[in-house]
Amino acid sequence: MEDKLVIAGNHIRSRFFLGTGKFSSYKIMQEAILASGAHLVTVALRRVDAQSKSENILDYIPQGSIIMVNTSGARNADEAIRIARIGRTLGCGNWVKIEVIPDNKYLLPDNSQTIKATEALVKEGFIVMPYMSPDLADARRLQDAGAASIMPLGSPIGTNKGLKVLELLKILIEEIKLPVVIDAGIGRPSHCAEAMEIGADAVLVNTAVATARDSVVTARAFALAVEAGRLGYCAGLKPEQERAEASSPLTGFLR
Amino acid sequence: MPDFYDEILKYKGFDFSAHLAQVKSADLQEILNKEFLSILDFLSLLSPEAFLFLELLAQKANKLTLAHFGKTISLYIPLYLSNYCDNECAYCGFKHSNTIKRRKLTLEEVEQEAREISRTGIQHILILTGESKLESPLTYIQECLERIKKYFTSIAIEIYPLKEEEYRQLVSSGAEGLTIYQETYDEVLYDKLHLKGPKRNYAFRLGAPERAAQAGMRQVNVGALLGLGDFPRDAFFTALHAKWLQDSYPAVEVGISLPRIQPQAGGFDALRPWSDKEFVQLLIAMRLFLPRVGIAVSTRENNLLRKNIIGLGVTRISAGSRTEVGGYTLEQKTSGQFETADKSSVEEIKRMICEKGYQPVAKDWQRL
Repeated sequence: MEDKLVIAGNHIRSRFFLGTGKFSSYKIMQEAILASGAHLVTVALRRVDAQSKSENILDYIPQGSIIMVNTSGARNADEAIRIARIGRTLGCGNWVKIEVIPDNKYLLPDNSQTIKATEALVKEGFIVMPYMSPDLADARRLQDAGAASIMPLGSPIGTNKGLKVLELLKILIEEIKLPVVIDAGIGRPSHCAEAMEIGADAVLVNTAVATARDSVVTARAFALAVEAGRLGYCAGLKPEQERAEASSPLTGFLR
Repeated sequence: MPDFYDEILKYKGFDFSAHLAQVKSADLQEILNKEFLSILDFLSLLSPEAFLFLELLAQKANKLTLAHFGKTISLYIPLYLSNYCDNECAYCGFKHSNTIKRRKLTLEEVEQEAREISRTGIQHILILTGESKLESPLTYIQECLERIKKYFTSIAIEIYPLKEEEYRQLVSSGAEGLTIYQETYDEVLYDKLHLKGPKRNYAFRLGAPERAAQAGMRQVNVGALLGLGDFPRDAFFTALHAKWLQDSYPAVEVGISLPRIQPQAGGFDALRPWSDKEFVQLLIAMRLFLPRVGIAVSTRENNLLRKNIIGLGVTRISAGSRTEVGGYTLEQKTSGQFETADKSSVEEIKRMICEKGYQPVAKDWQRL
């Protein structure tokens, strides 16, 4: 069977999603998108300058990309909803990554406000992909609210620490019927591969690529790791064993 | 008394010099390996011993800044509305007794200046005024906000301290950020330097950031005027203030400014001038102590220094600043509040940032 990622009825050509913040220039950001083959890119509305006389970030997003506005800066559901609406008015489309962060120290999301914003924006026809702390009950609530996917963090934004909440992510992947996109904390290609090997549907990376010495090559490395990890998952990689098991000491008598 | 005053009292009688003198290299090694620093760790980073570790500390500051802010520097530009002032601050060019030309912009002039500034493409403006509730009352500030908000997506204010309800009114008129410097956290010195006028009220000024946070201001920026108080006392209390605000109001973006005193009308020499070395050491220490706090450096600093400190923790810089009332468009401008050291144009500043491998960001907020 063909291995296709479909979100809200749309075929997403790459399981590597790229955030567009923190780059040293829009040109390098554009090259990184192209080099990685990312099809879905997130853009913070706070950075979109429709009236800009010089540079507008949207002009550097390659044709054919799916642009997902993120609500960076929203401190509650109401602000996230307003940002999403402004994004649509500015021609950024229907895709929205809900990011509600009332904490400027760790940038950890507020799940309850995220659920509230998801409920409202789904009703308004948005394709909603919420960024969340990996909590099963909340993930189910987001699913019930009509989210198109869930995007749990691997570790806090910008930390490059990888999948520090691995066990919780595995549970979400097992239990949630929507695509699970691991967002935040991914700092190395091996983290991408690990995310895909445990069965995540995609990863979203920004800081590690944008702040790398060579963002373009790094983007490509991450995208390749995503592909490798996914292939491994589809090929049915065996899980790691806690220890070697040469015999069956408890059930050997049944042979 | 504002809540933060209790935090200051905890350090009453604390011997800052003694702490700095006993810092050893092993302490600094330990601090370098820590993820979360205490306020005393921060103080240790201002010690003479820490200067020997400055390159290592700078590398850590660089990594933290990259991780949290990326390869970007946000730009802002100041607009002075009025230089009428009832205060007598020993160090300020706008002080009441200075016989300088006084002026308050009419609303038409405010709009004219705003329109000119907006041509630079910078969407973040900081409006400033001297402290005269008679000449520039709250209603005037509100009218100015209403006039200019169509030109900018983010407006911050740097004006005299207000009550919470008054901040709330400014938020509803479009203000999004507050910058207010305590000048010095040393209450005795504060009393000596602020000779007349409403600014003599240390406590009311100290509580302004928390009142603004309660009133829904999105960004709150604090600082001390470096050069007034003892080194490193004011740095310590600035850091403590920012940390306390961050802990108390997690949804507010807390920022720090590092203004070093510059020559201005009325001639006042800094009581304790900060060297470049101390300034950079402080910047790095702030970044290590408060990894996610925005740090602003204005045109008080020269272009070369500003260029050199990109990457060490600074996240916002002003560009093309005029500190005179009417400085952007009016023929009859006043003298400035202080002499700017970096007179580069906005385009020159953008180029300088790009040369450092960073992206100048003209818009980083969308008014909702």
